[in-house]
Amino acid sequence: MSSAATEVDYPPLPSPSISQQVGVWWMILKTSLGERLVYRGDFALGTLMRFMPIITQIFLWYAVYDAIGAAEGDDATEIAGFRFRDMVAYYLLTMIARAFSSMPGLASGIAKQIREGEIKRYLIQPVDFIAFLLLTRVAHKLAYYAIAVAPFALVFYLCRDYFVLGWPPLHVFVAFCGSLIMGFLIGFFLEATIGMIGFWFLDVSSLLFVLMLFSFFLSGHMFPLTMLPESIEAVVTFLPFKYLAFFPAAVFLGKVPEEDLPMELAIEAAWLTFFVVLSRFAYGRGVKRYSGFGG
Amino acid sequence: MNELARYLRVFATFARNSLIRDMTFRTNFVLQCVSSLGWTAMNVGFYLIIFEHTGSIGEGTGWDRERFFLFIATTWFINSLVQTFFMPNAQEFSELIRTGGLDFALLKPIDTQFLISFHKVDWSQLSNFFAGGLIAVVSLWQLGTREVDPMVPTFGSVILYLIFLACGVLMMYSLMICLSATSVWLGRNQSLYNFWFYITNFSRYPMEIYNRGWGRPLFGFFTFVVPILLVVNVPARILARPLTPRADWEWTLVMWAAVVTLISLFASRWLFRRSLLSYRSASS
Repeated sequence: MSSAATEVDYPPLPSPSISQQVGVWWMILKTSLGERLVYRGDFALGTLMRFMPIITQIFLWYAVYDAIGAAEGDDATEIAGFRFRDMVAYYLLTMIARAFSSMPGLASGIAKQIREGEIKRYLIQPVDFIAFLLLTRVAHKLAYYAIAVAPFALVFYLCRDYFVLGWPPLHVFVAFCGSLIMGFLIGFFLEATIGMIGFWFLDVSSLLFVLMLFSFFLSGHMFPLTMLPESIEAVVTFLPFKYLAFFPAAVFLGKVPEEDLPMELAIEAAWLTFFVVLSRFAYGRGVKRYSGFGG
Repeated sequence: MNELARYLRVFATFARNSLIRDMTFRTNFVLQCVSSLGWTAMNVGFYLIIFEHTGSIGEGTGWDRERFFLFIATTWFINSLVQTFFMPNAQEFSELIRTGGLDFALLKPIDTQFLISFHKVDWSQLSNFFAGGLIAVVSLWQLGTREVDPMVPTFGSVILYLIFLACGVLMMYSLMICLSATSVWLGRNQSLYNFWFYITNFSRYPMEIYNRGWGRPLFGFFTFVVPILLVVNVPARILARPLTPRADWEWTLVMWAAVVTLISLFASRWLFRRSLLSYRSASS
């Protein structure tokens, strides 16, 4: 965009003041929030239904632990550092982590906006594309939590016995919250970057599906990543996908040693910075390639 | 007989047209196959990891690795057939109701349920059928050649397996018809696919695992009211263990599955026709 401005000699736009900028952001946030709250009944029911596969997981894992040794009791069997109750708690916690980090329709939405030329709007209007998307997403998430908190609370209350250790100590809980928020941001910038591929390829839906599959498996949504064979685990825990589900749950359950927490969070922040820069870079390069016709 | 031949010919046309459509966008077709197979590979990986830690699913249930993978293969056979032949149509049905497109289906000189449930075939989903075949062959081979307690299924059990595999598909089909019929009353049923996924999720594991504590009501509900636990369990049990000796309750279960298939076919047909009576066109 900046290159276009230098080639043609338009009068420069007055740069908006901070308060104007905040005003614009506030408006975007409010509009998306209202948009979202229209379908609240459907939402709450849908969220509750999403816990149904957990029921199957509970019985499956009970059967597995039962076959190895004892699922309950003082010397209950451990698999990769998880006892039966930890395992169920793990699945419940990954639901929270995914509620933060999953970005339904973000990448495909970006690709669609590029394909259909809607993106022209952001090249002309003084609104930053990525910031706009981030704010809409924050609004969608806030609306989602406002309604989903009831079904989540209900399920967690019913399942409170699976959390053997109860609430973690305060500093671990703070780290947990931090990892959730960073998980949200990593999820956002990762998907935004993928969506930018739309500048180079017209249809990215199948590619997206394959990537979603990978992220589902490698994020630890299917099972705790510590269960993987050691050589694979070493590679997978190096990848950023674990921050989307495994990491926050492991922090909450105390599976990450407390002295390692600051370092782990720092690595997560580094990944986040990486994806922020990468998405900016991809957008900049993409816009240079992009040519819009018609109106 | 003439009538049946006519329906078969119509179905062949549907299948051919869908194949032509799929082959028009060949890269997309290949990618769809690859992503379905990727999903399968991931699930197989997950179960392999579980069996790294345990010898069987559940104490004393007999679902060891090879037998459990036969179970998985059965799930894959049934799900892929449902997703190839019925899923694309069920998804379209709610859209037909919302837009009023159902008018055109009602006017055609052919049975409406037939037209609605068969007119589209998603051939790419059939790739999972072959994936299921591969899993079945590998696990049968391992089951037959392993040192401890080897087993080769008899001809009789294979025939019974195929029969009850078909019953499983028919049960799933009936459930799907029932679910999509509800969209006539609800006007729109976007969460149909989700609901389908969550319900059928229960059928994916041996039914013994639900048979404890608060799982018993679920076990009863999904065996006798919405019989999805029978869909995979009955054929898989037939193939995975010798036909004799079997406990009496197992034969009762098999008989019950046969009866349930008939009941659910008729019930879904009845429900579908009822729902059509409540249909009010949306167009003009």
